Amino acid sequence: MTSPELTRRSLLIGTAGVAAVGALSACSSPSPGASAGTGGATGLDWTKKGPINYVQGKDTSGFVQPTLDVWNAAHPDQKVTLVELSDKADEQQQKMIDNATTNGSAKYDVLSVDVVWTAQFAANKYIVELPADQFKTDGFLKPAVDACKYFNKLYCFPSTSDGAMLYYRKDLLDAAGVTAPPTTWDEMVAAGKKVQAANPGIGIWGGQFQKYEGLTCNFAEWLNGGGGNFLDDATGKPTVNTDAAQAGVKAMAGYFADGTIPAEASTWQEEPSRQAFQDGKLVFLRQWPYIYSLANKTDGSSKIAGKFAVAPLPGKAGVGVSTLGGHNLAITATASNPGTCKDFILWWTDKAQQKANIIKTSNAPTYEALYTDAELVAKFPYLPVLQKSIANAKARPKAVKYSDVTLAIQDAAYGIVKAPTSDVKAALDTLQTKLTALTA
Amino acid sequence: MSSTTAAVAPPANRKKNSLSDGQGRLAALLLSPTLAILLIVVIIPVIMSIRESLYFRNDGIDPATGMVAGGDQFVGLGNYINAFMSASGEQVTGVWGTMPRLTNAFINNMFFTVVAVSIETVLGVIMALIMSKAFKGKGLVRASILIPWAIPTIVSAMMWKLIFDSDGVANKIIGSKILWLQDNLYSQWAIIIADVWKTAPFIGLLALAGLQTIDTQVYEAADVDGASKWKQFWQITLPLMKPALVVAVLFRTLATMAIFELPWGMMGPNKYSVETLSTFAFTEARATRYGPAAAYSVLMFLLVAFVAFLFIKLLGADVIGDEEVKAVSAQKKRAKLAAKDHSGTAGGGAARTITSGEGQQ
Repeated sequence: MTSPELTRRSLLIGTAGVAAVGALSACSSPSPGASAGTGGATGLDWTKKGPINYVQGKDTSGFVQPTLDVWNAAHPDQKVTLVELSDKADEQQQKMIDNATTNGSAKYDVLSVDVVWTAQFAANKYIVELPADQFKTDGFLKPAVDACKYFNKLYCFPSTSDGAMLYYRKDLLDAAGVTAPPTTWDEMVAAGKKVQAANPGIGIWGGQFQKYEGLTCNFAEWLNGGGGNFLDDATGKPTVNTDAAQAGVKAMAGYFADGTIPAEASTWQEEPSRQAFQDGKLVFLRQWPYIYSLANKTDGSSKIAGKFAVAPLPGKAGVGVSTLGGHNLAITATASNPGTCKDFILWWTDKAQQKANIIKTSNAPTYEALYTDAELVAKFPYLPVLQKSIANAKARPKAVKYSDVTLAIQDAAYGIVKAPTSDVKAALDTLQTKLTALTA
Repeated sequence: MSSTTAAVAPPANRKKNSLSDGQGRLAALLLSPTLAILLIVVIIPVIMSIRESLYFRNDGIDPATGMVAGGDQFVGLGNYINAFMSASGEQVTGVWGTMPRLTNAFINNMFFTVVAVSIETVLGVIMALIMSKAFKGKGLVRASILIPWAIPTIVSAMMWKLIFDSDGVANKIIGSKILWLQDNLYSQWAIIIADVWKTAPFIGLLALAGLQTIDTQVYEAADVDGASKWKQFWQITLPLMKPALVVAVLFRTLATMAIFELPWGMMGPNKYSVETLSTFAFTEARATRYGPAAAYSVLMFLLVAFVAFLFIKLLGADVIGDEEVKAVSAQKKRAKLAAKDHSGTAGGGAARTITSGEGQQ
């Protein structure tokens, strides 16, 4: 649930809920008593082949069907049919859940699953465990593979990844005599102040702090960047009010309080923050890779084309921690031809195929070697930086009730963003209590 | 109009009342397709929602395997009780302080309804007065007043979102940096402004219809009597426009109670200062808590029905507007009165004469 899709979600968001009451009864159609998910991981026949349906969000770049045509030409008896859902992540998720719980008319076999849905889908048995001996993850980015695991079992296969980068105004930093991009928050603010001296009114740092999933990503980067962690890696218990976590969040609050981060950042999603950066109102911006080509457009939409560069996110004491995004492929519990599903997933995520896909979509690959592929780097100069970002990235908490977890995080984070001088420790204590209840 | 005697002493024929022309069976036949569609798209979903509201999905997680237990269990009125008793549960902080989420949504709903509909009514009446005047370019004014009403709500929500952006037109005009979209007191007013902009024309249109039924002779008579324009408005225009206006306000009130697109489209989910019952219920449904979501929706349904009832009873909103139905009920009333008179002291009721004209009022 990251990056470009989110920015467009607002455009149509209410249409689904135009008749909220009516929609409710429609959404809630699973008959009470019917248990979700019927198949078990062990019940699948991996040799069974035949036609399948591949389900993903709206294909905005128009590359999916031509790619499927290539597969279909080579496998006429194992045709893959594309089922396109909404372009908004939450509606895709809803549709997949509905289909899994209601024996929907269209059969879903292979799903393109956002990284944060893995736990929910796995725990509800909407998707099945993938046998490790048949789905080999060698050569894939480790954080992307980890995000596919639930209770240490593989439930999906990494198809695209995503990580945040620090976009900075190279021209302004050069003019201010700062030669290297900052690696810590302190360096960043120092560099920003120097630029500000020459360019009064420019904001130093921007991100996505509107109350939505992007806030969870941004807040996580501050909390993790200070050395904290939402959940303890070993025990899975919440650790959001530790000293390290507080240090990171207090830094963020401090930057909001003194105006290093402009107050209007609290209303920014991806697109408004990109607009502010493109209009030359910011020295530094935390963003996903998708804006790289947009901000470099020379058609007049961007005032900073060719004037910026990217670097890994800064942290408290060194390179920071990005939030991991991306999509993975999973097989539903009701899949009719698991053998074809498996072959298709392995083909789709194969190195050569990923490279072809990346050129068309500019998504971040999950195959590590592609980040240093000369041809790709020539086309996407940010790839080596993105690789560092993703290698150091952390996934958002893997929680079955992720929508409640992310709301609890957003509640705490937005309270601090709106009132940066409020008691950070108290907010994190409340969050700790809520997360403890939600992950119990 | 039928004779009064028939009503006082109904003849022993098969007709239920003298106003019926005996085509009830045909009428039922002709109406049945409509009723069947209503059954499918309204009544059955409502019943399913009510049934759903009595269940709760078992969302406990097995700590060993990480799997969700799954399955819905019958909880009776548990979802409703939790909705009201959640004082110890989830507390949110909106504009009105820290309180249970449902209470907060309810207060927002009421606030939006009272404030927005009040402003809309005043503006709507003013618009109707302008539209009813004969002047050059009247058609243009009427059309332009109605444009906001013609724009789909979700589109206007997107439009107002741009206007209220931190770098948007609204801030440019007032020359400040108000963060309208931040989830605060200003967000509420942003919603109210957008709602008023969109729906005041609706009230204006219905009020105009009421205005045009007023006979100009009444105003001429008032002029002759020396009544000021102000007095004419309060003594003639408003009372005579009231039946149309009350219905318009009723419709607006019901629609504003269920307001969804503006808070959702402009502010997004989980913004407690603008969260209403419908956005809250929708959020719950998206979190796959269908039972509680259905319970909240049913509560909202009851609330809206109650408000509609109050309107009809207290303000005499004439929603049906069917002369025949009214005549039938008036006739029943007369029959009842007559029966009472007969059973009362002998001859005591003779003093009462009933005319159909009186019964209609």
